[in-house]
Amino acid sequence: MIRFILLQNRQGKTRLAKYYVPLEESEKHKVEYEVHRLVVNRDAKFTNFVEFRTHKVIYRRYAGLFFSVCVDITDNELAYLESIHLFVEILDHFFSNVCELDLVFNFHKVYLILDEFILAGELQETSKRAIIERMSELEKLQ
Amino acid sequence: MASSNSLMDNLFQRSLEDLIKGLRLGESFFLSKSLEDIRREIKSTDLSTKSIALQKLTYLAALHGVDMSWAAFHAVEVVSSSRFSDKRIGYHAITQSFNDQTPVLLLITNQLRKDLNSSNEHEVSLALECLSRIGTDDLARDLTSEVFTLLGSSKALVKKKAIGVVLRVFDKYHDAVKVCFKRLVENLESSDPQILSAVVGVFCELTTKDPRSYLPLAPEFYKILVDSRNNWDLIKVLKIFAKLALVEPRLAKKVADPICELMRRTVGKSLLFECIRTVVSSLSDQETALKLAVAKIREFLVDDDRNLKYLGLHALSIVAPKHLWAVLENKEAVVKALSDEDPNVKLEALHLLMSMVNEDNVSEISRILMNYAIKSDPLFCNEIIASILLACSRNSYEIIVDFDWYLSLLGEMARIPHCQRGQEIGHQLIDIGTRVKDARLELVRVSRALLIDPALLGNQFLHPILSAAAWASGEFVEFSKTPYEIAEALLQPRTSLLAPSVRAIYIHSTFKVLVFSLGVYFSAQEPTSSPLFEESASSGSSPVNGITYKSISSLVNIIELGLCSLSGTLDVEVQERAKNVLGFIGMIKHKIAEKVTTQESETEASRAVAFMEDVFSEELGPVTSTAQEKVPLPHGLELKESLEDLQEICGEFLKPVVDSNSNSNSFSSSENISFSVAKLRISDQEEASSSSSSHPPESASLLAEHRKRHGLYYLSSQKSDDHNDSNGDNNNTLNEYPPANEISADSFNNKKKRNQSKPRPVVVKLDEGDELKTKPNVSSNDEPLSLAIQTALMGKGKEKEREKYNHERDLDSRIKGRSSGRENKTKKKNGEKSTLHSTKPMVEKTTLSPLHMGLAALASMSRLLPPGQESLGEPSLEQKGKPMWS
Repeated sequence: MIRFILLQNRQGKTRLAKYYVPLEESEKHKVEYEVHRLVVNRDAKFTNFVEFRTHKVIYRRYAGLFFSVCVDITDNELAYLESIHLFVEILDHFFSNVCELDLVFNFHKVYLILDEFILAGELQETSKRAIIERMSELEKLQ
Repeated sequence: MASSNSLMDNLFQRSLEDLIKGLRLGESFFLSKSLEDIRREIKSTDLSTKSIALQKLTYLAALHGVDMSWAAFHAVEVVSSSRFSDKRIGYHAITQSFNDQTPVLLLITNQLRKDLNSSNEHEVSLALECLSRIGTDDLARDLTSEVFTLLGSSKALVKKKAIGVVLRVFDKYHDAVKVCFKRLVENLESSDPQILSAVVGVFCELTTKDPRSYLPLAPEFYKILVDSRNNWDLIKVLKIFAKLALVEPRLAKKVADPICELMRRTVGKSLLFECIRTVVSSLSDQETALKLAVAKIREFLVDDDRNLKYLGLHALSIVAPKHLWAVLENKEAVVKALSDEDPNVKLEALHLLMSMVNEDNVSEISRILMNYAIKSDPLFCNEIIASILLACSRNSYEIIVDFDWYLSLLGEMARIPHCQRGQEIGHQLIDIGTRVKDARLELVRVSRALLIDPALLGNQFLHPILSAAAWASGEFVEFSKTPYEIAEALLQPRTSLLAPSVRAIYIHSTFKVLVFSLGVYFSAQEPTSSPLFEESASSGSSPVNGITYKSISSLVNIIELGLCSLSGTLDVEVQERAKNVLGFIGMIKHKIAEKVTTQESETEASRAVAFMEDVFSEELGPVTSTAQEKVPLPHGLELKESLEDLQEICGEFLKPVVDSNSNSNSFSSSENISFSVAKLRISDQEEASSSSSSHPPESASLLAEHRKRHGLYYLSSQKSDDHNDSNGDNNNTLNEYPPANEISADSFNNKKKRNQSKPRPVVVKLDEGDELKTKPNVSSNDEPLSLAIQTALMGKGKEKEREKYNHERDLDSRIKGRSSGRENKTKKKNGEKSTLHSTKPMVEKTTLSPLHMGLAALASMSRLLPPGQESLGEPSLEQKGKPMWS
C-alpha cells in the first residue's frame, strides 16, 4: 500500500504531500527532507527506486519536479512507476500542459485528482478517462 | 461564488508576488501576515469567508508547514455547510490535519453519517475519502452500517470508494467483518472492472497481513488470475497467490501454469516482474515455472533499462538461497553490474555475490570484489570491504579454509586507499591470532608488512589495523624471523602520528620483542662466537637463534633512543610504558656485555629476563560472551536470596566465606598473572628496579579489607552481573601490579569480547528504530482481525445465528456436513492466540477445513484439472492435509 505521495521541486519545496498513514507533523517534515535528499542528486540514468527506511520510494522526475511515492517493500516497483506517469498524464490533460505553477495555484484541485486516483493508500482508478470525466463533473459543482 | 473567487485570486496573487519577493526578502514576514488575516477571517460568521480562510490555511499547512491543528473546530463547522464547495474545503482540511488525538473528532461522526447517507454521490464520496483517512476505532464502529449500505450501492463510484474504505474500517473495528465481509466477497465476481480492481486491492492488502484466513477464497482469486486482462488486478492477484502458496504449497502447482502463461503472453514489464517475483518467492519448487522465470530474469539483466536490471538482480537475490544455480548461470551479468553507475544496482549485485559465497569460491569472489573495491568510489568501496569482512567472519570464519590467504587479504584491504573499516579489520586480525594457532606465522608476516610501511601511519582509519598488527607482532614475536626489524618499525619516527592509546601498544610490543630477543640471547647455551664475526647480525637477516652481542646491543640502543624522548610525553599511558621499557633496559644493559665474558648461564640478568618472558608467555585465548555463565556455581552459594539480614545472623563468621567465593568466581587468567607477577616480585627484590613491587600485597590487603567490609555487595554484584563486571574487577586489581603491562593485552581481550557479543543485537535495533510509526499498530491489530475474518468466512454457529447478515451463503453451499457448535467454544477459549491455533481444532472434528473446501472447489472446476492427473478428491485431500495442521 502507498504510505505517502510527495511532489517536490528541485529546491526541496513540497508542492503536494498526501500521507495515507498517520504521521506527526515533525515527522512529516523529516520525511520530506529525507526523501528530497535521497532523490535530488540521483542521475537521470539511475534506477527510479530508492530504499527509504524500511520502505521504498519510487520516484520520477518531470522537469524540475520530483514525484515520489513511498510504498511497502513488497510492492511492485514498475507498477507504481507507471502509475506516477499516469498521474502526471492526468494532470497534464487537466491543466493542459501542466507546469509547477499550475500545481501551486490549484493545489486543491490537485488534491481532488489525487483523491480520485488513490484511496486509503490503494490505487482505485487506473483509467485516465474516468478521472478526467469525474473531474469535469466536480468542476461543474464549484 | 464571485466574491470567493476574487478572494481566492487575491490570495494567490499575493502568494505569487511573495514568491518573487521571497527571493530577496524571505517569506516569513508575508507568511505571518497572512496567518494573522486567516485567524481573523476564520472567526467570521459568514461561512464562505470562513471556508476561504480555511482553504488558505490548508494551503499554508500543506506547502509551508504551518500548524493548523488550532483550526480543527472551524473545519468541522465548514464541513456542515450545505454548499458543496465549502464542504469540500472542510473535508480537505480535516483529512489533512486531523489525527487520532484531535479533540473535536467526536463532533464529526454525525456529519459523516449525514453525508454518507446523502443522495448526492459527490458528498458521499467526500465523506468516504475522509473516513478512509481519519477513521478511528469509534468512527469505524459507528459508521459500519453506513459503509455496509454503501457497499450495495447502485452507483459504481460510491461502491468503489466504499470498498476502499472497508480496509480502514476492518483495521479499526474488527466486528465490521461480520457485517461487511459477504458483500465484499460478492464483489470479487463483479463484472464492473473498477469495482473488481478496488476489491482485489483490498484483498491484496488483507492477505498480506494474514494469508491463512483467505485460503477459502482461492477459487475466486484463481478465476480473476485466469480471466482478467487488467495488469493492475493481475499484479494484485499474483501478490495474493504469492502469500497463499506459502501457507498452502499445493496451490503452487495449481497457479504455476496460468502464471507461466502470463509470463509468455504479457508485454507489461510490471506484470512480468510480478510473475517472476511470485515464482521465485513462492513457487520456486515448480521447475518449469522457475526455469521460465530465470530465463525472463536474464532478459531483465541484459536490458539497457537500469530499473529492469536492478529488479532482475533483486529477483535473483530472492531465488539465490534455494536455487544457487540461477545466480551462477547469470554470474557474468551480476559481476558486470558491480561496475554500474547506479549505487542501487551495484549494491544489489554485491549482496547477490555475497549470498553465493561458500568455502570453494570465497577466494575467487573476494578477488573479484577487491578489484572492484580499488576502482570504486569510497562509499561503495567500503561497502564491499564490509561485505567481505562480514561474509568471511560469519560463524567464526566458517567458510575460511586457508587462513594464510585470508590474512593476506586483510592486509591487502588495509592498503586500499579508501578503506575506512580499520576497526573491523584490526579486530579480525587479533581474533584470528587468538583463535587460529596455525595462522600465526602468516599473521606475523602480514603484520610486519603493515608495520614497516611508513605511508600507512598517515591514514587514521588504519590505526586500528596498525594497532592490531603491532600487538600481533609483539605477542607472537617468536614466529618472527626478524625481531630487530619489527622493533625498528615499531619505533619509526612517524609513529608520532598515532593516537596515544595505539602508541602505547606499539611501545608495549617493542617491550615484548626486546624481552624475547634477550631471552634468546641469554638462553643460548654456548656463548656466541666473537661478535666481530657476525657482520650481518644487525641487518636482521640472521635466524632468530643466532642473536649476537652486536645485534642485541644495537636493538637495545635503538629502543633506548626511540623511547627516551617519550619518557617525558604528556600522555601518561605512553609515558609509563616507555619508562617501563627504559627501566628494564637500564637494569639489563650492563649484563648483556657480561654475558660475552662470563660464560655463566645462570645469571641474574637471565633470570630476570626469564621472568619477564614468563609474564608474556601466558597465552590469551578468545573468550566467549557466555564464558561467565560456564563458571560452575560454587556449592552452597545462594544467588537468588536477599542476604540483607545475613550479616546480623552470622556476624563475623560469614566474611571469609564471601571472600573465597568471589575469588573462585573470577577468571583463571587473573590468577595466572598474579602468580607470575608474584614470582617476579620475589626474585626481583634485589634488583629493586621496580619500586612499586610492594603494591600487590598492599592493594590486595586493601581489597580484601574492602571485601570484608562490603562482602555482601561483592557477592551480589558478581553473581548477578556477567563477566563485564568481574572483568572490571580484574582490571582493577591488575592495575596496581608493577609491570602494568598485561593490561594492554587484557584490554584487547575485553574489546574482543564486546565485539563478539554485540554485532547482531545492534543490527536488530537499527531495524526497529527506523520503521514508520504506524507499523506496530497495524501488526498488533492483525490477530483479532484474522480471527474475525475466519469467523466470517466459516460462518460460525452461534455467532452466525446471532448475526442478521447471513453473508456466507455462497461459501456455505460448498461447505457441507460441518458441525460448528463446538468450534465456537474452542474459539472463545483460544481467544487471541495465533491463527494457527484458532484453526487447528477445526480439522479434528469437521469433515472439511476451509482450506480443503477452497481447494476442493478449485479442483472441481473441471478445466483446472490437467488431463491424466490424479483428481484432488476430498479424501486424498484430507490425508494430505493432515500433517500441515498437526
